[in-house]
Amino acid sequence: MFDNLSNRFDGIFKRIRGKGRLTEADVDEVLKEIRTALLEADVNVSVVRNLVARIREGAVGIESSKALDPSQQVIKLVNQELTNILGGETLKITYASRPPTVVLMAGLQGSGKTTNSAKLARWFKSQGRHPLLVGADLQRPAAVEQLRTLGRQIDVPVFSEPGDPVSTATRGLAEARRLGKDVLIVDTAGRLAIDDEMMAQIRQISDQITPNYTFLVIDAMTGQDAVTVAEAFHATLQIDGVILSKLDGDARGGAALSVKEVIGRPIAFASTGEKLDAFDQFHPDRMASRILGMGDVLTLIEQAEKAFEKDQAEEAAAKLLEGEFTLDDFLEQMQSLKKMGPLGGLLGMMPGMPKELKNAQIGDDDLKPVEAIIRSMTREERRKPEIINGSRRQRIATGSGRSIAEVNRLVKQFSEMQKMMKRMGAAAPGKKGKKGKMAGLAGLGALGGGGLPGLGGPGGGPAGGPGGGFPGFPPSR
Amino acid sequence: MNAQTILLILLGVTLIFGLGVVLLNRRSASRHPTSPPVSRPVDEPTATAPPTVLSTREQTAATTVDVEPEAEPEPQAEPVTRPSFRERMARTATAMAGAFGGVRARGGITVDTWEDLEEALLKADVGVGVTDALLDGLRSRVKTKEIESADALLVALQSEMSGRLAGADRTLHLETVPDGHVNVWLFVGVNGVGKTTTIGKVAAQQAALGRSVVLAAGDTFRAAAAEQLGTWAERSGAELVRGNEGGDPSAVIFDGVQRAAAKGSDLVLGDTAGRLQNKSNLMDELRKVRRVAGREPGVVSEVLLVIDATTGQNGLAQAREFAEAAGVTGVVLSKLDGSAKGGIVFAIETELGIPVKLVGLGETIADLVDFDPDEFVAALFGG
Repeated sequence: MFDNLSNRFDGIFKRIRGKGRLTEADVDEVLKEIRTALLEADVNVSVVRNLVARIREGAVGIESSKALDPSQQVIKLVNQELTNILGGETLKITYASRPPTVVLMAGLQGSGKTTNSAKLARWFKSQGRHPLLVGADLQRPAAVEQLRTLGRQIDVPVFSEPGDPVSTATRGLAEARRLGKDVLIVDTAGRLAIDDEMMAQIRQISDQITPNYTFLVIDAMTGQDAVTVAEAFHATLQIDGVILSKLDGDARGGAALSVKEVIGRPIAFASTGEKLDAFDQFHPDRMASRILGMGDVLTLIEQAEKAFEKDQAEEAAAKLLEGEFTLDDFLEQMQSLKKMGPLGGLLGMMPGMPKELKNAQIGDDDLKPVEAIIRSMTREERRKPEIINGSRRQRIATGSGRSIAEVNRLVKQFSEMQKMMKRMGAAAPGKKGKKGKMAGLAGLGALGGGGLPGLGGPGGGPAGGPGGGFPGFPPSR
Repeated sequence: MNAQTILLILLGVTLIFGLGVVLLNRRSASRHPTSPPVSRPVDEPTATAPPTVLSTREQTAATTVDVEPEAEPEPQAEPVTRPSFRERMARTATAMAGAFGGVRARGGITVDTWEDLEEALLKADVGVGVTDALLDGLRSRVKTKEIESADALLVALQSEMSGRLAGADRTLHLETVPDGHVNVWLFVGVNGVGKTTTIGKVAAQQAALGRSVVLAAGDTFRAAAAEQLGTWAERSGAELVRGNEGGDPSAVIFDGVQRAAAKGSDLVLGDTAGRLQNKSNLMDELRKVRRVAGREPGVVSEVLLVIDATTGQNGLAQAREFAEAAGVTGVVLSKLDGSAKGGIVFAIETELGIPVKLVGLGETIADLVDFDPDEFVAALFGG
């Protein structure tokens, strides 16, 4: 999954760049990579086929245009195509003129219906509504218990009674009217789309309570089957929107695209964490780059903002550009970074990272030796690594339990980085706003591209990425 | 520059520098194998080879025969025979079987043949990598005229696929432990795959084999998870050990092991909360659970990763991360009775060498069966 699309393109585009235009063979090769990327993101095969055909049409136009780097054009084109599919009309909730507004939740077992029923109730509450939850999942042991517990946590009443799901749902509707609730959310049992009996049952529930909205809950990790499931539920129930659950995982979530394309209903909400407030309306633009594996920059920034102390981060960045970034600062930032989750996931979201890093399968534990070495240095050594001489080196190596060679490499790598950051800092200052931002980002891209001397390694290939660095960076808002 | 850009730059630099050093170290380590190892901290041993292995293959037969009479009012009537993969999977095998039918009907091998096969495999979630590998191998055999008809091609594909799953040890292990010790099977996986349900069924099957079972409700996170497991404990006559909601899961597992050891039970089945494999804090928690479960008198003889058959390519990441954190010894492929085909197991078995041990083919206790690769592949082919 770290094999992201821009990396795949590197090789192809390096050859193309000199030409300035794409031949048909180039287009074919590029499309093949796009196809693989989409399939690895679990976009449905048939959907991929249509998409690729559409992109091919667009890409033909690129052949004649010499104004822009073709690589950026293609990526932009693909990104646009995906965003178009994912976006389109967004679902805007219209409340029933005669309350309650009835919402029916449907989906496979384990897709997250119960949790998302509660999350949705909480969301309605935050919109100033007064929801009632109905537990009509009488199949799974303790499902109603689970809903009741969640209801207590968000302070939303839960209605349920043993017996028959259809009559429970109907009674729930009456209860909502009696209590004067303006939103009713009916949680149902998970069911297989091919289970005729169970599908007939949910149809019956739907007929009885005539929902204003029927939401299909789909797990972001779902593979090719998402389409089959969505079609079956849509045929039985007329789905109004999709709730994409478990989007906080590292699945690329191609299922979202497939479902949207196949049933033509918007993805209304996405669930992005275990906490009940980790639930919000869906952002199609982020999803597109995520599916392409081009880095989910916005999510990354959000996570970073949570993990990093703002003042501290700004200070560190300023030091960075002035070349005064010390190993102490590095250690500090590393701690914040770790709060953001496993490194593998971060690397996947970070655009413009050198391929060597992405493919290296680096786990959190791999950084421990690096940390150990830095922690074995004195304060002064961390500030000025150049003072580290033979005996200091020996001491650090012994103290951290690493070899002298490793200490050397760390120090050397660090001084290279400092030099580079100084160069970058000199190029960037003063520029404000959008231009400044681009300069900074391009600089980082360059850092990713050629900035790690020595990373070429024994194979000898240069660690060069595209000079642009951030081909897939979504427009800032 | 705005704050977001600053953050990004900081992130990038920290990552590139930190990881760059790691990478350089790795490279030099591989160049000079004698230099001190780039240490992966050696934690506790993950999967210790069991001294003795009791095959539980016979369990299916036994289960279907005598578990039912004592079972509590089950909602559905239990089938008397072991459900077949084909019968359960073939209900929806249409897409794949249809594609193969088309290939057969064509007789010869054309460009369309390859496209049909590719599409069929991809639709079963086999994944681009495995699909390419399978088809490339067949292409060269067609080129050398070793395979000449569509029928022969399908036979070859089927045997290639079975071959990829052949030879793995799919038994559930119970070690012979000294007195006062007890076997522990842990169940791990992402949210909503069916861990608790799987445990319930395994408990019933093991109880039917005459083993005394303790269920440890280690999912202290999801509301009412312990109640759900409790229902299964009642159904199978197993004892339930539970903690407080929101409590420390390791403590619950530990209590379960203690309790089982004191009673002289045969087996502890440890439930864990569903967790996404990219949440490092939750994976750390799981590491601890695994560690504590193996503490005296517990002997962890299986760590079973439950994977939902509807899972796409992310299943591989799940298997990799859970294996790394908890030393997964086998996979339970759940919900294979739906329209999903569970093709991701090919990648999991070949790339990570983790065998699929159990398969969920339906809702009843008897529907959890041993994984049979040949039957599975045959069912994919629709007959």
